[in-house]
Amino acid sequence: MKRKHRRLTFVFLGFLLVATAAALVLTAFEDNIVFFHSPTDVVEKKLPPDRRMRIGGLVEEGSVEKNVGEARVTFRITDLANTVKVTYRGLLPDLFREGQGVVAEGRLRDGIFHADEVLAKHDENYMPPEVADALKKSGKWKHLEEALGDAGPLKGETRK
Amino acid sequence: MIPELGHFALILALSVALIQAVVPLVGAQRGDAQWMAVARPAALVQFVLVAIAFACLTQAYVTSDFSVLNVARNSHSAKPMLYKISGVWANHEGSMLLWVLILALFGSAVAAFGRNLPQALGARVLSVQAMIGIGFLAFILFTSNPFERLLVAPADGRGLNPLLQDPGLAFHPPFLYLGYVGFSMAFSFAIAALIEGRVDATWARWVRPWTLAAWSFLTVGIGLGSWWAYYELGWGGWWFWDPVENASFMPWLAGTALLHSSVVVEKRDTLKGWTVFLAIVAFSLSLLGTFLVRSGVLTSVHTFAADPARGVFILALLIIVIGGSLALFAVRAPALRAGGLFQPISREGGLLLNNLIMTTAAAAVLLGTLYPLFLDAVGGGKVSVGAPFFNAVFIPLMVPMLAAMAVGPFLAWKRGDLGGALGRLKAALMIALAVAVGTWFVVADGSVLALLGMAVAAWLFVGTASELAARVRLFRVPMAESLRRLVHLQRASWGMTIAHAGLAVTVAGMTASAAWKTESIQTMQPGDSVAVAGYTFTFRGARRAAGPNYLAIRGTFEVSEDGRALTTLYPEKRTYPVEGRPTTEAAIHSMFLGDLYAVIGDADEKGGFVTRLYFNPLLAWIWAGALIMVAGGVVSLSDRRHRIGAPARRQRAAAGGAQPAAS
Repeated sequence: MKRKHRRLTFVFLGFLLVATAAALVLTAFEDNIVFFHSPTDVVEKKLPPDRRMRIGGLVEEGSVEKNVGEARVTFRITDLANTVKVTYRGLLPDLFREGQGVVAEGRLRDGIFHADEVLAKHDENYMPPEVADALKKSGKWKHLEEALGDAGPLKGETRK
Repeated sequence: MIPELGHFALILALSVALIQAVVPLVGAQRGDAQWMAVARPAALVQFVLVAIAFACLTQAYVTSDFSVLNVARNSHSAKPMLYKISGVWANHEGSMLLWVLILALFGSAVAAFGRNLPQALGARVLSVQAMIGIGFLAFILFTSNPFERLLVAPADGRGLNPLLQDPGLAFHPPFLYLGYVGFSMAFSFAIAALIEGRVDATWARWVRPWTLAAWSFLTVGIGLGSWWAYYELGWGGWWFWDPVENASFMPWLAGTALLHSSVVVEKRDTLKGWTVFLAIVAFSLSLLGTFLVRSGVLTSVHTFAADPARGVFILALLIIVIGGSLALFAVRAPALRAGGLFQPISREGGLLLNNLIMTTAAAAVLLGTLYPLFLDAVGGGKVSVGAPFFNAVFIPLMVPMLAAMAVGPFLAWKRGDLGGALGRLKAALMIALAVAVGTWFVVADGSVLALLGMAVAAWLFVGTASELAARVRLFRVPMAESLRRLVHLQRASWGMTIAHAGLAVTVAGMTASAAWKTESIQTMQPGDSVAVAGYTFTFRGARRAAGPNYLAIRGTFEVSEDGRALTTLYPEKRTYPVEGRPTTEAAIHSMFLGDLYAVIGDADEKGGFVTRLYFNPLLAWIWAGALIMVAGGVVSLSDRRHRIGAPARRQRAAAGGAQPAAS
């Protein structure tokens, strides 16, 4: 083989690999991307049922019910305009608390969100950006910031 | 006084870095030996100055000097000493200081050990190192000063995120940074080579040990991080395809590719442009990783308070470093003439295949990690790209690579004999099939993919062992002769064998733990028993316990197998009063065939506890394999040919007979 031919072989093999990878990535993207929705989206938009999604907001005060024996928890996620009922089986994350930000991943069935993963923040100064956005969109951000006052989790750390 | 000293040392370090960046480079362009000679002492002085700054910050942490803002925010007087020290780098400012310290350390290592490096190359390398240093020192001094004082010192600090108060995580950042920053050496050598317009075997012999060291450190760092996630987060998993994990995984993939392509440059004097490109990519991904994790665009434990000024600085730095180096590459790379020719089926071809798959994988991870940020930036909605995506892309890429990994070392340079190589892998093929069938009999419900994973792991392990056997001509020459050959094998080829075998062990662990994990979630009263994968977990109640700076509820689980008591597990749920935060401490009992894993959750009104119990088969193999890979890296690093100044030992290689050259 001449040098040029050999190089062409490599270029061809490289392209083949990249094309395969691109095809893999695109098909995987279509099936596996998880969209984030706020409780308002869930209530107002017709979301496709049985598609994996994330919803986020605050855990509504007084909404957490633990089903003893089954290790099942139900609670409501709110963006202070609308709420969605969530059911989850398993251990809640350490920083899961009423009134705090939370993101749940799972599927919506008959108006109830069946979560298989519940994420709370890692740090009390921190609000998942998705949750902050959902609250801003529902127009309750300011209201919430006032309600929580200085001790609230929404205020960023200010420099002294 | 001492924090001010640290601050001042840092400013001096920046000035020295400015000199180190400019003078030797100009000297190298002009051929002025005296100007070039500035590089070495400057690198040493810069290291000493940064080390002083780092020591000053450490002193502030150790003595709990809360008049320093950084200490007040991230430390507490009641914290154990280990976490006071690890607190130095468990925050944005301190971690950046650690980054620069390691950068200066690598620079001074070149200065100290690089005496036989061609003077112009050495000067240029140190100059490029100093340029990177300038970027980071300026970033620290202008946006993230760790020595900032408080006018009124608080009585005590705010403490450290309890998730980070853990021995595994105390050492995770230093190792990760040793890896990230280690790639800066390959990068500096690549830029220096582009400026010089020359890449040859000597250059590759210089780049390889640095890349090898960086790769080994990065492997340890990633391993520690994933180990921590496994026992501290209490989810029973060890890898979540979380963006911060991906951020460290991308440089690893690119670094692995670089490691293999630099072999080709060294042995065959070809793939030069590609290797230089990989060096740039590996370091760019390290930078991107550092900043993705630290800048606050991603959601994780690593994210510290974000500041817009920092974001702009980071973006500018990334654009200058990545854009500048790629532009230089575009201008100068065509001048790098390719050397030896080779057939697609050859050792070079095999290494190139590794490179193609590794870079494709790195690109796929990059896409999956950045896509949500991109989509959000253009207003396309919020999405998350998680494990299903990465698994769907990764498995089809890795299976052929693992299959090829057993074959590659059998191929000769230039023109390999695929049929012959496959012929020598008959044993590996048989054993791989036997493992697949055997696994299927044992677990009864394996998916095809899981069986394939186990088979590929066995294939790689036995294939690697067969290659070693072929190299020492096992059973073909008398045993004593084989042993003699084994002892005299080049360290670098030992390293390859060990690292490949380690990967096989890791793949087996990953496959088994993902495919045959048994999980059981329930509420248990004291005295209740649950059977998980043939093990009986009996809950014996929970008690209060106290640690140095936390309170805990400690559960007791007695585990038995077929009526025989096996072990007792004590999972905890801790509360850290200073930080006001709970953490979960999983209790793990590791065995050869799998891990018993218990987590205790909240109590209910009737005295029951939510518990999560797992059996994770072969899980310890993942880290055992990672350690074996690192051992391979270290053994390869100890090869005399990598030690600078050691004469090439061609005589001994010749005495070894017509064996294929070391990788």
